[in-house]
Amino acid sequence: MSLETPNAVYAGGFSNPPVAAAHAFRAAMNAMARPGEVQDITGAAPPDGISVAAGSLLLTLCDPETGVYLAPGTDSGALRGWLAFHTGAPVVPAEQADFALGSWEALMPLDRFRIGTPEYPDRSATLIVDTPGYYGTNAVLSGPGIKETARMQLPELTAFQNNAALYPLGVDFFFTSGSLVAALPRSTGITREA
Amino acid sequence: MYVAVKGGERAIENAHAWLAEERRGDTSVAELSLDQIREQLSLAVNRVMAEGSLYDPELAALAIKQSRGDLIEAIFLIRAYRTTLPRFGYSQPVETGEMACDRRISATFKDAPGGQVLGPTFDYTHRLLDFKLAAEGEVPEAPVSEPRLEATPHISEFLQGEDIIEREPSSDGVPGDLTREPMSFPAGRAVRLQSLTRGDEGFILGMAYSTQRGYARNHAFVGELRIGTVPVEMDIPELGFAIEIGEVELTECETVNQFKGSKTVPPQFTRGYGLVFGQSERKSIAMALVDRALRWEELGEDNVGAAAQDEEFVLSHADNIQATGFLEHIKLPHYVDFQSELELVRKLRREAAEMAETLAAREAAE
Amino acid sequence: MNDYNFAYLDEQTKRMIRRAILKGLAVPGYQVPFASREMPMPYGWGTGGVQVSAATLTPEDTLKVIDQGADDTTNAVSIRKFFEKTAGVATTEETEKASVIQTRHRIPEAELTEDQILVYQVPIPEPLRFLEPRETETRKMHSLQEYGLMHVKLYEDISQHGAIATAYAYPVKVEGRYVMDPSPIPKFDNPKMEMAAIQLFGAGREQRIYAVPPYTQVVSLDFEDYPFEASKADHPCDLCGAEDSYLDEVILDDAGTRMFVCSDTDYCRTRRDAGHAGRLGAEAA
Repeated sequence: MSLETPNAVYAGGFSNPPVAAAHAFRAAMNAMARPGEVQDITGAAPPDGISVAAGSLLLTLCDPETGVYLAPGTDSGALRGWLAFHTGAPVVPAEQADFALGSWEALMPLDRFRIGTPEYPDRSATLIVDTPGYYGTNAVLSGPGIKETARMQLPELTAFQNNAALYPLGVDFFFTSGSLVAALPRSTGITREA
Repeated sequence: MYVAVKGGERAIENAHAWLAEERRGDTSVAELSLDQIREQLSLAVNRVMAEGSLYDPELAALAIKQSRGDLIEAIFLIRAYRTTLPRFGYSQPVETGEMACDRRISATFKDAPGGQVLGPTFDYTHRLLDFKLAAEGEVPEAPVSEPRLEATPHISEFLQGEDIIEREPSSDGVPGDLTREPMSFPAGRAVRLQSLTRGDEGFILGMAYSTQRGYARNHAFVGELRIGTVPVEMDIPELGFAIEIGEVELTECETVNQFKGSKTVPPQFTRGYGLVFGQSERKSIAMALVDRALRWEELGEDNVGAAAQDEEFVLSHADNIQATGFLEHIKLPHYVDFQSELELVRKLRREAAEMAETLAAREAAE
Repeated sequence: MNDYNFAYLDEQTKRMIRRAILKGLAVPGYQVPFASREMPMPYGWGTGGVQVSAATLTPEDTLKVIDQGADDTTNAVSIRKFFEKTAGVATTEETEKASVIQTRHRIPEAELTEDQILVYQVPIPEPLRFLEPRETETRKMHSLQEYGLMHVKLYEDISQHGAIATAYAYPVKVEGRYVMDPSPIPKFDNPKMEMAAIQLFGAGREQRIYAVPPYTQVVSLDFEDYPFEASKADHPCDLCGAEDSYLDEVILDDAGTRMFVCSDTDYCRTRRDAGHAGRLGAEAA
């Protein structure tokens, strides 16, 4: 790091990384195991414009072994510096990303991201959709992790339905807002709320 | 009356205490020091470093002491410790052509620049127990000659000059690392070599021997075997250049193998390669033979179905820590599974008996 | 052990395992390759389960470790001690007080809740392995859902023995897609796998992690005319009288006298504490 790097880059990491990461991971795991269910996730103080939840996911899951795509509107010198300092994760194009961060609109089109291969469906991207807030619901979810049905607000339905149709291939989603996170794995069936 | 077995914790502690006592042995006999192990059991230390994948003679000696001389147990200790070490960076590839050789022999040429240097080898010792060693091990000093100042060239370079041996493709690509990424097949030669150099010496030896006996024979000559030290250099980003951070002892074996040629390639020699930490001669030769056998596909040879040609087979079973763990785990309690089999076998027998009875009754009625 | 990180593993290793767990949850029953580390206990002794637990535990967790259903079997004791030392977590033998349960070969009898995580130790994660030893082949078979070989094997059992001769590690199909090895639990436990808790499976030596999210459909493979049967010894527990628990058979004397006791030691103890008694229960207490 050069001396010109703003101090903000060094700040905002986990204060006690093993414990903070353990807590954040449990939130992320509970979210992924129970699609649509909202969990608290905290610990990170990322640069402005990124939610605490998204920042905490990045610190928990990213390191030099994972490529991160930063969508337009999210990508900034401050975020790149912060990400590099705290995780060492390389910033990569969407097509190579293990993780991608941005607003729903900025992450589009979806078909740029890796969806895995038939033999290795895990070689796929996880998208962190940073949203302004949770409000209402428009989708009914069913599948693994869901007792009968769950409800959730999605930015649109078709893209997610198309992704689910690729199963077991596809991408997985985290939705972050403030210090909240919910997830939508590729295994979830989605219908429009009546 | 029946009381379920309890007190596992106490039993474990007691077992550990007993183990420590047994390790120490008779206390009227002087305790082994790490220096003694490192200096006098150096080939054991070398094996532990090679298969433990950690170049640290001091720690290897400690592991040997702690494991009561069970080298696989010692390798396990080193592996478990190694995993916890942070990675600061990666060294430059070592240059074995620059090796300060203690030993360097070629079976393919009577003599070559750099000479045939026997070095400290068992090769021509007559395997007669030396009872003098039982009394005391003091030895007269060995004669010394002037060390060679210039680098000792690789034998394969001479063949390369004539273009009669395959050229190794050079690459600046980062080789895979099976300790950081799960193994998948085909693994590629770099990961294969990593697996072989860490692999169990006995397993690699057996595989290599099988190729010599005709299970994918590859007509190997030891083109060159060299043992010596090489410097290890590492790029230091803050400095902008590489500095020497130490030196390691290595054994390198390059075999020269006959190759009849293919549709696109004229007849020439090919190579198998072995490189192992420390003085580990048997292992490096075996590694080179197995490496060569595994290259059948790349060289357009037939797969004769030999074990040593089967990458998945060799790489999945070469690691003695994996093998010994799984082998020994069958001594753990399995009574729940056994119970389910017991119920099943009883049920199947009952049904078979009933069936036999029914048939007998039917026959009697007829 | 102060020189080691919380829960032993370094943070980078935990991140790698955590990423694999998330993928496993996203694709239930699919075996995610992970770069399993060498642990300070032998492969085959729960290194996969230990790595998954280490990546999952928080300091507030209460951990229970069982082997063969019992908390006091030596390997369970050893693993529990490992986490007491390296993670400083509370431990318990009581199923309902545990937030994370690491198990070898059993699912507890008590129904698990949404607040619990069950971590299985898995020796051979590939259900097709004994039909086809090659990973390159079995991976293809999973990708194409080519599970005919498994059905043929089960059917051969039936034609030869009149029943499916698999008593443990009985294969299941997860959410209609992946055939999965449930680990070597007795088939008695298979129906419990549709549960409220998160189930995570770790195979250290074989470098695989897989998962079953809560309420996921888990179906034991069978045939219409030979339906799956979750069998156990046809006895009640001699200590607590339970009719619904999996039993161990204990040989009591040279004459071969047997008794049957719950394999789940906590379940048996809880029942006896509540006043239930089996054939030999009064004497044993």
